[in-house]
Amino acid sequence: MIGFNFQTTINFMKLKIPALILSSILIVASLGLITTKGLNWGLDFTGGTVIEVGYQRDADLSAIRSVLADEGFPDAVVQYFGSSQEVLIRIGPRDDIEQVTLGEQILSLLDQQDADTVDMRRIEFVGPSVGAELKEQGGLATLAALICIMIYVAFRFEWRFALGAVAALAHDVILTVGLFSLLGLEFDLTVLAAVLAVIGYSLNDTIVVCDRIREGFLRIRESSPIEVVNESLTGTLSRTFITSLTTILVLLVLFFKGGALIHGFATALLFGVVIGTYSSVYIASSTSLLLGISREDLMPPPVEKEGENTEPLI
Amino acid sequence: MLNHNPLWRYLVVVLVLLVGTLYALPNLYPEDPAIQVTATRGGDVQQDSLVLLQQRFEAENIPLKAIELQDGQLLARFNNTEDQLRAREVVSRALGGNYVTALNMAATTPDWLAAIGASPMNLGLDLRGGVHFLMAIDMQTALDTQLEDLAQVFRADLREARIRFRGIDADTERGIVTLQFRNSEDTAAARSLIGQDRDMDISTGPVEFSLQVGMSEARVAEIREYALQQNITIIRNRVNEIGVAEPIVQRQGERIIVQLPGVQDTARAKEILGATATLEFRLVDDNVDLNDALAGRVPPSAELYYDRDGRPVVLQRRVMLTGDRITGANSSFDEYGRPQVNISLDAQGGNMFSQATRDAIGRGMATVFIEFKPTEEIGPDGNPVLEKIEEVINVATIQARLGRSFRITGINNPGEAHNLALQLRAGALLAPIQIIEERTIGPSLGRENIELGQTAIMYGLVAVLIFMVLYYRGFGLIANAALVVNLVLIVGVMSMIPGATLTLPGMAGIVLTVGMAVDANVLIFERIREELRDGRSVQQAIHHGYDKALSTIADANVTTLIAALILFGVGTGPIKGFAVTLMIGIVTSMFTAIVGTRLLVNMIWGGRRVQSLPI
Repeated sequence: MIGFNFQTTINFMKLKIPALILSSILIVASLGLITTKGLNWGLDFTGGTVIEVGYQRDADLSAIRSVLADEGFPDAVVQYFGSSQEVLIRIGPRDDIEQVTLGEQILSLLDQQDADTVDMRRIEFVGPSVGAELKEQGGLATLAALICIMIYVAFRFEWRFALGAVAALAHDVILTVGLFSLLGLEFDLTVLAAVLAVIGYSLNDTIVVCDRIREGFLRIRESSPIEVVNESLTGTLSRTFITSLTTILVLLVLFFKGGALIHGFATALLFGVVIGTYSSVYIASSTSLLLGISREDLMPPPVEKEGENTEPLI
Repeated sequence: MLNHNPLWRYLVVVLVLLVGTLYALPNLYPEDPAIQVTATRGGDVQQDSLVLLQQRFEAENIPLKAIELQDGQLLARFNNTEDQLRAREVVSRALGGNYVTALNMAATTPDWLAAIGASPMNLGLDLRGGVHFLMAIDMQTALDTQLEDLAQVFRADLREARIRFRGIDADTERGIVTLQFRNSEDTAAARSLIGQDRDMDISTGPVEFSLQVGMSEARVAEIREYALQQNITIIRNRVNEIGVAEPIVQRQGERIIVQLPGVQDTARAKEILGATATLEFRLVDDNVDLNDALAGRVPPSAELYYDRDGRPVVLQRRVMLTGDRITGANSSFDEYGRPQVNISLDAQGGNMFSQATRDAIGRGMATVFIEFKPTEEIGPDGNPVLEKIEEVINVATIQARLGRSFRITGINNPGEAHNLALQLRAGALLAPIQIIEERTIGPSLGRENIELGQTAIMYGLVAVLIFMVLYYRGFGLIANAALVVNLVLIVGVMSMIPGATLTLPGMAGIVLTVGMAVDANVLIFERIREELRDGRSVQQAIHHGYDKALSTIADANVTTLIAALILFGVGTGPIKGFAVTLMIGIVTSMFTAIVGTRLLVNMIWGGRRVQSLPI
């Protein structure tokens, strides 16, 4: 058989403290970035108008900009979108004009300017009130997801694991959003969806690790918690690698083949999956350890696990 | 020991596979560009229209793939979109204004599949092109209007009850009406009079001898609900005018979602949605002979109108009342069980109406519905020219002097009464509506998005398939079979659920599922490897591998499901699509990875003594 074969236990927890310090620094840096630099909020959250048009040949951005500036839209952001034949025009929310018909207005301006007809690919208009609401809802959704998950994990496992899992998830969310702030990438609804998907994925990983740690505590009676955690992490390592690998494979496909509309989505998930894999190893288990997880905490409820130790099938 | 499959496992897997595949099948049949013709006012398209269209298409040399009448609608299929567009012109010219012509993509699901209710997946607007509007109702205006009206009502009621007051003012900012009196007797009398209406919250004002009256929460909620329902009704009616095959008008909280697939001309759609309808009550002019009027001899004080069946009626030019005075209209039955429409007016409207009907008892009163519809013609400002359409929708005889509430009786059937009530409400727009979000996707982008999604799913799938075979060899093939079946099941389930819509993020969700779905198998296979390393026999390793991984897989997936559910709850359109595919993918992948692969593994390796596993 090919592949990863980790026979000897790797001492993951040796790096527990450096990893926690590194993560803390990254979290503080991300939060700092988010509060000072802020996020490049997409149309969904700011409100405004986005118009995507297609040209027969390469579009002349400066010509488009000057036409728009002449007609009273000097603040319009004009950029290529996906290819040099597609142009994205973004106009912020404004009070002085009828936003609802802005899309058609711009379209007819561009039509007059160009000899060929301009192909309308997409017009999106979001009222400012809608955007503000979405921002609030998005934040609430993320919080609600974290809390629901914490309750489930506390119920199924133990509160130390629940706190560990949520610490890992919050870590992933903050770092992913921090990356978007650092790179100035547009944060729109699809990115928010990706962040929630990251929560789902990272959790998946964390649960598998926690499950194994719980099993380890029940099986290995003579070891210290740190040894048990190391042993369990080693046991799940090959699974962690393979699942991350297949997920990263498909995300790379999405990143390169999915088109401009889901570029942000793929970026957030790619980064999130890598961070999530790291956090389920280091953050979730280190936090649980620091909170003092021990064999006794896990003893009473899981009756079905007890039965398996006796190996009735041999 | 050996690992045998119980009978239920065979049955369940075969059944799920069969149903999933059957319902996924319709997605393989390409759609036809088609034209859908419906008669306005809920009538049916007749056979003669079909024959007429067939002749016209032949004359214009437009090849027709199929044409049929179904549920009172006509559906004509064409070979390509070019023919379809040409045909639409032909249809509009041939049939005229009483029919609505809509472009459509008609499914070509074979009859035997359609018979079991199988149909292709719904595609979101980002994949098929079209317009999405989110509309908000100006509730404040609705409430303000009601409050102003309330002040009017109080004035009239207090006067009638001979209670003297110094002033009655509507304070729209605070949502109350303040009443100022001269002495405590009047104040007390007014309090008990107004207090008869349980929908009023009365409190003593800050100034001496004053009252503050607000609408109760229940009443406010009622007004909001009414304004919302009214707007939905109006929009539903108007959307039919736009000529869209499968329009969606949906309520989202206090907002309204309108989705018009295939619509490119958003300007026209907005005109139609924003068009104003109004209503007028006028007296029938009995002094004019109908034949004279038809011959063009109409006196200046009168006007010739037609009702919906084309019957002429001469009305006085003077308007008794306009529709904006109507505060409510609903249909019910009178004491003899005959259909009727109950109408209530605001205070001022009640006074005007009472004046106008005082000397008109026994005369006919017509209800005229006026609508502004955009035409094909484009005006100098670039917007379509609006055409004023006036129609008499009802003529009733005035039985008594009418006041703030009255009823129209003598209506033929309950359906007609219901329609009349709807139209009366539509003509009295309580709260203005505005578009607060618009998303228009052009047809080229829609097609591109589908292609992008398909390529991404295909490449993603192939990449994972190759990886799994390289890594797990024989067991990799089993996981791959599960993965492919999983994909079929996702498509099948998506097609089965009527509300599920495939969007571009939804396709991204499928790609993600492909990558994550192997996780369950990876967990199981890694367990089996471990058990083998620990020196267990092959059969024990298989048994333990599946058993031990089960609770881990369940826990891991339930938590992901929670995240997806929350996403579904807060997301809009495309994001909901992502949440839906993610949820379906989680459930189907658990099934294929746990039940499906175990069936295969047991079938191949479980029933005999093997020394090693290709894992």
